[in-house]
Amino acid sequence: MKRIINEMKLRLPAISVNAAVARSVISAFMAELNPTVDELGDVRCAVSEAVTNCIVHAYKLLTDGEIGYVYISARLYDNREVTVEISDNGCGIEDVALARTPSYTTGEYGERCGMGFLVMESFMDSLNVKSRPGKGTTVLMRKKLNP
Amino acid sequence: MKEEVTFSARGRTLEARILSEIDHHTARRIRERIDSRLFLDKPDVLIMDFSSVRFMDSSGLGLILGRVERASGLGSTVRLTGLSDTLYKLIRLSGLERVKNLSVVK
Repeated sequence: MKRIINEMKLRLPAISVNAAVARSVISAFMAELNPTVDELGDVRCAVSEAVTNCIVHAYKLLTDGEIGYVYISARLYDNREVTVEISDNGCGIEDVALARTPSYTTGEYGERCGMGFLVMESFMDSLNVKSRPGKGTTVLMRKKLNP
Repeated sequence: MKEEVTFSARGRTLEARILSEIDHHTARRIRERIDSRLFLDKPDVLIMDFSSVRFMDSSGLGLILGRVERASGLGSTVRLTGLSDTLYKLIRLSGLERVKNLSVVK
């Protein structure tokens, strides 16, 4: 049985500067497990992708003055596993399978490339995406660090 | 405010050295800076130097792809240099190496 050795919750306004904040926080949180530069880079990148999705897509329908939030919760386990859950109360994703297709994007043409989910999937050991249109999206990612 | 990009031109080559982390937040300004200089210089080759980039996510892939499209329209090609192992991993994953008018120097 794996046991939780630390956990955290963080709520950030969905504004673009906060992807960097989320990356810094997850780095500090994971430091206890002494991740390699590679492992840390992978998790930082995956977190950046998930938070950016909330900022770019989830709350795109908000009007001026409304603020959406990104909720991040992370856990460290005694078997050197890290889990990160990132959720929003935004517009949701109609077709998750389609959204996860590499190169699929609804972002600005020529500026976004539709690689976010592929990066999360490739850099973490597992990625689970749950979404309800109109309600929001939750991504749960896990990665087990080398002994 | 700290510069995100510095430029140096040699002959028909324009080198853009990116100095900041690349994410959705920073990509817009980097893109605007490179595009305005690209349009003025119309070089044969645009070199994007990543040796000072400590972090990049897929916003960087969009940044690169968008610049290749812009450069192609001006008859230029794009070369990526100074990629760390971490950045190169992202480039490989995206299949960017197969894009026309783009060369990747590890």
